[in-house]
Order: sequence, then C-alpha cells, then structure tokens
Amino acid sequence: MTRTIFDQQLTEIQEEMLLLATMVDSAIERSVTALKERDVELARRVISDDARINRKRYDIEESCLEVIARQQPLASDLRAIVSVLYIIVDLERMADHAEGIARIAVMLADEPPLKPYIDIPRMAEICRRMLIASLDAFKDRNSDRARAVCNEDDEVDALYDQVYRELITYMVNDPKTIERATHLTWVAHNLERIADRVTNICERVVYLVEGKISELNVSTY
Amino acid sequence: MTIAESQPVPIAPSMTYRDVLAEPASADQLPSEEEVLADGLAVRRLSAWYASFRALRDVSLLISPRHVTAIMGPSGCGKSTLIRCLNRMHEVAPKARASGEVLLKGENIYSPGADVVQVRRRIGMVFQRPNPFPTMSIFDNVAAGLRLHSAFLRRSAVVEIVERSLRQAALWDEVKEKLNQPATQLSGGQQQRLCIARALAVEPEVLLMDEPCSALDPVATLKIEDLMRELARELTIVIVTHNMQQAARVSDYTAVMMMDEDRAGQLIEFGNTSQVFTTPKDKRTEDYITGRFG
Repeated sequence: MTRTIFDQQLTEIQEEMLLLATMVDSAIERSVTALKERDVELARRVISDDARINRKRYDIEESCLEVIARQQPLASDLRAIVSVLYIIVDLERMADHAEGIARIAVMLADEPPLKPYIDIPRMAEICRRMLIASLDAFKDRNSDRARAVCNEDDEVDALYDQVYRELITYMVNDPKTIERATHLTWVAHNLERIADRVTNICERVVYLVEGKISELNVSTY
Repeated sequence: MTIAESQPVPIAPSMTYRDVLAEPASADQLPSEEEVLADGLAVRRLSAWYASFRALRDVSLLISPRHVTAIMGPSGCGKSTLIRCLNRMHEVAPKARASGEVLLKGENIYSPGADVVQVRRRIGMVFQRPNPFPTMSIFDNVAAGLRLHSAFLRRSAVVEIVERSLRQAALWDEVKEKLNQPATQLSGGQQQRLCIARALAVEPEVLLMDEPCSALDPVATLKIEDLMRELARELTIVIVTHNMQQAARVSDYTAVMMMDEDRAGQLIEFGNTSQVFTTPKDKRTEDYITGRFG
C-alpha cells in the first residue's frame, strides 16, 4: 500500500455514499409511514429533508471530481469512483420519489381513507430491502448478489400491477374516489420507480466488480 | 433571434445514429496474428541477456501495424531491453545477446542473413533524451541518416526529404527560417521532434520510442503525443513509458511487464489500452497501475 491519502479519500467517498443511501432509505420508510399513519408532520419533515439529501449528493460528486482531477484513479479505483458518481444520482432521484410520496401523504391526510394500506407498504418494504441489499453487494463487491437483487424488481412490478388494477376498480365503481385513487397510483408508481433505480445500482455493482456495463432487468413499466 | 428562427444544430454532424450503432465493441479487440505477420511486428519467445544476467524471459507480443503500442512496467522490468531488441540495438551493449524471433512483416530480423543496418533503417528509434548531433545544423541533423543509408542522393532530393520529415515531425514551421543554425539552439521539445524527423527521414516502417518525453515539459510532451497519434496513421509505433497517463492517452494497445523471481522481465498482460486501464485482467497490473505496487 503506497497511496495512503488516496485510499483514505476513496474509502471516505464510499462511506459518504452509504450514508446518503441510509438517508434515502429513511426517507422512503418515513414517507410511507406518514401516508399510512396520516402523519402530516412526518411527511413535511421528509419533504424538508430532501434538500439535505440533494446537498449530500453534490458534496459527494465534488469529492469524486476532486479525486479524479488530483489522483487520476485507474482500474478498479476508477470503476469505483465512476460507480459512485452514477449511484448517487439514482439515490438522489429515489429520495425525490420519496418526497413525492410525502407530498401525497400531506394531500391525503384530510381525506377519508380509501382503503387500508397493505400492498403499498409491502412495496416499500421490498424496495428498502432491495436498496440495502444492493449497497451490501457494493460494499462486498459481490456481483452475483447484485444480480439476485434485480430479480426482486419483478415482485415490485407485480404488486404495482395489482395496486393499479385495484385502484382502477375503485375509480370505475365510484367516481368520487378518482382523486384519491389517482394519488395512490402515483404513490405506487413512485415506489415502482424506486425499485427500478435499485436495479441501476445493481448494474453499477456488476460494472464495478466485472468491468462490464449491462442492463440487468428491464422493468415492465 | 427566437428559438423558432434558429437553425437546428446537428449534435454530431459527422456521425449518424446508424454509425453509432454500427461501431463495433472494441474493448477486448486485439491485433490479429494474421495482420501482424503481414504488416506489423511479431515478437516470439524473446529472451535477452547481459552477460549471464537474464533481462527478458520468453516475451511474445503482437505489435499491430499503424497503431501505437505502449510498453509499461516498473523500473528494471526490462521495457527498454525489450524495445532495444526490436531493432537489434540490444546487441550493441557489451556481452549482450538475445534469443527468440522478432518478425517484421513476417521476416525474422534475427535470422543469420538479416542486414542489421537495413533492420535499423526499417525500424527507427527515438531515445529518452533528445540527442541531436551537436556540431551539425538542423538541416544536417535530419539529413545525416539519409546520407548513411543512401549516399548517392541528389541535393534536391535531400532538401525535399528534410522538409517532408520536418513537416511530419510537426517542426517545419518553427525551423524553416533557420535550417542552417545549430540544432543545439532548439528547445528540448524541438530537439526531440528533430530527432523524430531524423528517424523519419529514412522512411522507417516502425518507430520505437524509449521514454521520448521523460526529459520534456508538459506542453512539449503533449506535442510529441499528438505527433505520435498523427504518425500512427502511417507508421507502427512502440513506446516505452513509465508515465501511465501517457500510455493511457497515446496508445491503442498496452503491454505490461514485470520482473519475475529471478529479476528477468516478463510480459504479464497485453490488451486494448482501454481494457488495461479500466479492467486489467492480471492482479499485478491492477496493483501497478493503481499505484499499490513498488
């Protein structure tokens, strides 16, 4: 080991990315809880926290650019930096989806509940599990694990499909539910997009480990 | 002007979408043995010694015609020995010898009948430090090699070749007014380009460059690198460098060498430069280029 400072910078960047992922995971969890519990206060916190997530993403981006400019990373170091640059964008966009859910939670808080929430929290749970697993795969440089995570996206797609059909049925049966049901399809759509973005992270893990850029799972939506 | 009035600007006017799709994935592309035997330089099981010390062990390498091949590796790994074997300069050192084959367009330059002077004309070399002949003018420096190889050239032909070589070396505009001045008046970067012009004057097929920029400043270095890319349209270029960024910038293919346990140089990886710098196959290459070795 002859590049102590560089190694330290590389480690820091990856740790900061994992911290960002933790913030995003929490945003997803709190946005769906806020929806379920009709907790406007919590939803507003998710919305205001999004600015912190954005700032963190730009900080990490700057650190990456600095390391590229000053240390000229190559081989697996270069792949790690490039992967981080892509992953932070996906993470930041996931947080935007969570913020979208929180905004809907605020809007729906004053409305009578349309139905008990079962599939939506289930979708959120799978998304969070996928997110954490994708970052574990990143930490462990495990491309097989990353590929396995992608397969779970199908489960999210299936749930989205189910929620969507169910909400359409509500709308057809009772036009007064259209607004609420539409909002809930947006929630489900946001979660479906989050899962897709996790597959992007998995693609980066495969690139990081194997050097191959490939599309792992083409979502139905 | 409003947006509606402005003309749409094509993003990549020289390339259509179809072209983009048609471009082959080249990351793992390697020179084919067939093209190298027809037109390039093929190295087969090359070993080299200085007296009893073995400096190279069984190096085999395909050097693609009209491309730049970089040879990289830590100090003492045999890079310079290898490149010096490629035009039989190695044997100039006392007690130095080599075994194996180096095939230029399919012909072994080490075969008993090979003419060493011809070999060195066809495979030219540029060294680490610019080494113009100090007592000669700029013109005579370029003409020197010509006079050695073709003594009966008419003056007008020599003038023509000197100008062509200086143009090829991207030096003409800087020296055309002072061809009769001593070469030592030129800057380091200009002197190195003069040496390249001198090498080009005899119309080599291959140009070997041993750390050609290590004595130059960054601007002069980039000029030489541009020149190498330009020359690679017509010439086969082999460059030895321990400047990794330079190898990454300038070469199409990269060979990585390392010492084995007996301190003999070995080839440990050869590949397309993009592949070597982003996804090296050998762990030792990875450690070397990421700076975690030596």
